[in-house]
Amino acid sequence: MSDEKPRASNPLINKRKLEARRKFLRSVVLGAAVLGISSVGYIPVARAWNVRMRPPGALEEPDFLSSCIKCGQCVQVCPVAAIKLDDLDQGFGVGVPYIDSRTQACDFSCDAVQCILACPTGALVYKKPTFMPTRSEMVLPAPPILLAKEKSPEPTLNLKERSGLAVLVRPEKCLARQGKGIKGAARGQSFEGTMRFMEVDRWKPIPLRDHPYDLELCDLCVRTCPIKNAISMEIVKENGVEIHSPVVHEACVGCGVCEMVCPPDLAAIVVEARKGWSV
Amino acid sequence: MNKYLESVRVMLGGDPRKPGPVDYTEEAKTIHFYKKSEKHDFDALKLEARAHQKKKYWLKRRWIALLSINLLFTVSFWFDIQILEGALTASRMLGFHLIDLNSALQVMLAHKHIIVNLLIGTGTVFVLWLALGGRTFCSWVCPYHFLAENAERLHVYLVEKKKISDHAFHRGVRTVFWVLFAGMAWVTGYTVFETISPTGIVSRALIYGPGLALGWVTLLLLFEIFYSRRAWCRYVCPIGLTYGIVGVFSPLHVTYKLANCHHEGECRKVCEVPHVLECVIKGRAPSAQLDIGADCTRCGMCIDVCPSGALSFEIKGLRKIM
Ligand code: SF4
Ligand code: SF4
Ligand code: SF4
Ligand code: SF4
Repeated sequence: MSDEKPRASNPLINKRKLEARRKFLRSVVLGAAVLGISSVGYIPVARAWNVRMRPPGALEEPDFLSSCIKCGQCVQVCPVAAIKLDDLDQGFGVGVPYIDSRTQACDFSCDAVQCILACPTGALVYKKPTFMPTRSEMVLPAPPILLAKEKSPEPTLNLKERSGLAVLVRPEKCLARQGKGIKGAARGQSFEGTMRFMEVDRWKPIPLRDHPYDLELCDLCVRTCPIKNAISMEIVKENGVEIHSPVVHEACVGCGVCEMVCPPDLAAIVVEARKGWSV
Repeated sequence: MNKYLESVRVMLGGDPRKPGPVDYTEEAKTIHFYKKSEKHDFDALKLEARAHQKKKYWLKRRWIALLSINLLFTVSFWFDIQILEGALTASRMLGFHLIDLNSALQVMLAHKHIIVNLLIGTGTVFVLWLALGGRTFCSWVCPYHFLAENAERLHVYLVEKKKISDHAFHRGVRTVFWVLFAGMAWVTGYTVFETISPTGIVSRALIYGPGLALGWVTLLLLFEIFYSRRAWCRYVCPIGLTYGIVGVFSPLHVTYKLANCHHEGECRKVCEVPHVLECVIKGRAPSAQLDIGADCTRCGMCIDVCPSGALSFEIKGLRKIM
């Protein structure tokens, strides 16, 4: 009864109060829901379920994710379209650039690491600020020489650190180690990737399939590597037998060209993102 | 009460205050007095005014502007013409850096380090939106606004047909979100808000192609169509609030003229942020002419629907521009 009275005397106020309370509760639920959903983005990051290869000059991963404003200006300047933007399954990495070397590697066709130049936030940099953590194994021993510019007054690429390291992860697949050669397109006729060949065109990358090979012994990774002294074909001893094998050196910047051109269906040589040099 | 403080208070979620007796100017009092005694034939007036109205004048202009800006990004990339490069979060227009204020803020908080380009780009945008009226960004540029605006039409239609009912939230949650997103960026070191920001997602999808992230945008739109009118822009989006604060002192305003108003409330029905239009309620306007508050997105919808020309765009210090 006592409950009924105010409602009868002033139904409007009570209704308003009720609505206000509902509104408040709804708002709390909304808040919790939005926060919950946005935190889900942490899972892929924490699990690192995809160790992505970032464009050259990228800061170390946590710094990179926090500083990249997700604008894609790096994507726009790349002449070989190596850079892509990530999707929502990467959580906080949505909209952040990455490179899938096997599909399209960075071959430094731009000559000057244009992506770093384009980045407005310093997520990609020529030189890290001193207080930014850097793993020593990422630092290049000397300024990398871009073979395409070897004869120009400034032959180096303005890069201080590697973005990863080429590793012969499937030696059993390597054609050279099997003593085999390669005839025709490195990755077959359906492969869409492009690359710059100095002897074809200084400024225009062409499809890899338009540049066939005819080699007695495969050495594509060595032949196409854009960096001087990053990789070489050597004779190694295995089980007492001398075989040819590509060997990666400390000058490797991790551009991914070797991984892109490697002919077997699963590349013998792969660039491991964010891996440093260790002896 | 100071009108700037009041407009910020309302933007942050406060309920608009009814002006007290002392707040009214003599002129306003006189107009209110005459309005009480006058008996208008509203319907006749409305029809008469409608006949002379320019239909969707600002709507058309706004949509053309919004679509051109967003498509300029797309064609710049696809045809490599380098007019407007990047996306809405950060771009370069003919070489000039433009960086979205809220995205820049998130990055600065998460990264705790600011580089010169970022500062320059933010400065350009700050000045631009200070001049144009901060939240003008929302209705004239944001691609999500365009989608949400059309979802809103559907929502209003469904409510009218009594198929669904609208659920309002407390507007103060947007302020809470703003603080939380800023806090999360600082604490976690990730730009958490950017992960779910439909503005960035739609902008990137238009330029770099669609992806899974559009699924999230679709969910938001469905929520707005079936549950709560314009929920994201009204109650969540910190971008709107950031730009709203920038626009507090902006010279471009929607201005209200009490004498012309018939108090039909058409404007409040179409407004994304109807709390800024409380002054059009009969007896509320404390002066004969006043500027609409900071949360206004300057979309011009109210101007388009007002049958009596009581609302118009105005630049402080200049004559009425429309
Ligand atoms: S450095 Fe590599 S990824 Fe960057 S723009 Fe040049 S070619 Fe593209
Ligand atoms: S240009 Fe820089 S900020 Fe923009 S997407 Fe690339 S890395 Fe991120
Ligand atoms: S390109 Fe591949 S298969 Fe050929 S030598 Fe190099 S690692 Fe071996
Ligand atoms: S070895 Fe491979 S990853 Fe390293 S620089 Fe050469 S092509 Fe690039």
